Amino acid sequence: MSTKIATVFGRINPKNLFKKSPRDEEPSVENGTVLPTEGKENKKKKERKRFHYKRMNRSLGGDIAFFLFLFIASLFFAFPMVFAVSNSLKKMNELFLFPPTLIVREPTLKNYADLFNIMANSLVPMSKYIFNTIFITFFGTLFRVLSASMCAYPLSKRNFRGRNFIFALSTYALMFTPTAATVSNYIIMANLGWIDTFWSILIPALGSAFSLYLIKGFIDGFPDSVLEAARIDGAGEFKIFWSILMPSIKPGWLTLIVFSVQEFWNTGSTIYIYKEELKTLSYALSQVAAAGIARQGVSMAISIVMMIVPVIVFVISQSNILETMATSGMKD
Amino acid sequence: MKSTENVLRRRKKFKNWDLIIFMGPYLITFFVFTVLPVFVSFFLSFTNFNMLETPDFVGLQNYIKLFLNDEVFSGAVQTTLILGIITGPVGYLMSFAFAWLLNEVPAKPRSFLTLLFYAPSLAGGFVTVWTLLFSGDSNGYINAWLLEWGVITEPIIFLKDTNYMFTVCVIIILWQSLGMSFLTFISGLQTVDKSLYEAGAVDGIKNRWQELYFITLPYMRGQLMFGAIMSITNAFNAGSLITSIFGYPTQDYALQTIMNHLDDYGSMRYEMGYASTIAVFLFALSFVANKLVQFLLSRIGK
Repeated sequence: MSTKIATVFGRINPKNLFKKSPRDEEPSVENGTVLPTEGKENKKKKERKRFHYKRMNRSLGGDIAFFLFLFIASLFFAFPMVFAVSNSLKKMNELFLFPPTLIVREPTLKNYADLFNIMANSLVPMSKYIFNTIFITFFGTLFRVLSASMCAYPLSKRNFRGRNFIFALSTYALMFTPTAATVSNYIIMANLGWIDTFWSILIPALGSAFSLYLIKGFIDGFPDSVLEAARIDGAGEFKIFWSILMPSIKPGWLTLIVFSVQEFWNTGSTIYIYKEELKTLSYALSQVAAAGIARQGVSMAISIVMMIVPVIVFVISQSNILETMATSGMKD
Repeated sequence: MKSTENVLRRRKKFKNWDLIIFMGPYLITFFVFTVLPVFVSFFLSFTNFNMLETPDFVGLQNYIKLFLNDEVFSGAVQTTLILGIITGPVGYLMSFAFAWLLNEVPAKPRSFLTLLFYAPSLAGGFVTVWTLLFSGDSNGYINAWLLEWGVITEPIIFLKDTNYMFTVCVIIILWQSLGMSFLTFISGLQTVDKSLYEAGAVDGIKNRWQELYFITLPYMRGQLMFGAIMSITNAFNAGSLITSIFGYPTQDYALQTIMNHLDDYGSMRYEMGYASTIAVFLFALSFVANKLVQFLLSRIGK
């Protein structure tokens, strides 16, 4: 299927550049089959790839200014991070030194060892907290991505009554502060009997307006002509959704995964869960950090430890986004 | 002939039951856990619900109190608007500018730089870092350095002195602003069809600014709208960040935002009716801001 898409995309007519949307293109389909890619075109593509960095409309001076600016800006954004890492490696006496040191002088892993010891002695075994967090993060993210993408597909590409209404409602929901709805949400959860269960976190993940909005933005950019071609080829709606649409909007759902993992991973105490054995890692660690100034180093170590999983997910998804774009041939 | 019939039949069928499977999970949960609570809040804003007794209908009394008899609230509106007007557009433009700049960088350093820029959001605030940096005694890092270099003789109480609080707050919010919109822009830029740029050069686009305005921006309209909505929501909801760094209430209510006011009545005083009124007001404010931004964005590239 992917080669077919590649062909259709490769044939976008540059003359139609200033048309309203690229998906208004004529489908390059003849008698229900997509034309095969020509060897000549492949060669051209390779050539283009070699010139990837050297785009049109670029000057050397501009490039240098760009890099200089990026470098300075990255210092500003990286600073508190560097600071946290460095502080998490400091000994107690260095933490309270005057004048304070920005970069650690005698790095030690003592804070991390302390954290590990505190965790090992907790009342509920630490593995329980970790399991809960992984469980919530995995299923929460899965639910969000699937339900949002499935709903966004017809919302973006079908015509039916109430379509605009549903989308408008979802958009307005984004503007409403969730705090105000806390009480009604609690009442609903209590009536469903979901207090002290993971359902209270996982099921609302299915109805995330924010995810819908994000994914729909990506599906909107997908050309209708490809869907039409696949439909004529006899592909069912679910097949189209799963094997054509989803692979093509990979940057979209990978981005959503990053947001979602980050949010669920940092789920602390919620108003729906009171049982200690259902609490999360973030909650347990915040209890450790709350012990006060003597745990300053440890609390820095906690910030770093909690970052590990989101950073890994982030790095994997980013490299995947770049890879998709490099290999799909879809966006040359 | 027969195959066309099949196609037609399938389409008709799709309208009947496929939609339910595709949209059902989202719609049901969205209505139960988002739409319903919001409507309940709208309803509660006309009552004096205190979570113990059954709500009494009080008409517009909450709204009258909000607009006429709540001085802290009028201050909060001012703070929210000023803070929102500074951090919202600046954060949004910064997100796009950096995403766009990073897009010019070769792939390997780009991934690294993206991580660096996005890290403040990944870290979920690094609140401890900021409170340490701006701490009011000589143990606060900034104070200690300034003392050491002889710039000041007395430590500045950054988090309690109303002269500095606003600036500190803006710095922290901007530092975190390369979040969701930024990452969405990065992905959005990736999906722009690169051949459009070459075609654009042929069609007489002269520099990268024109390229940006006529090709990139129109192509990414979906992501731009999403980023705008997130920026507005974040700008108006900076309250929880402020509380975690400056404490609640902030000195002289200097950084009291509408959001803080809502939390005050909602989760401390349990005056849910009044809290709902504040939420409705905040919603109206975001609504107007969004309409404005939508209008501006719809004019791009035309």
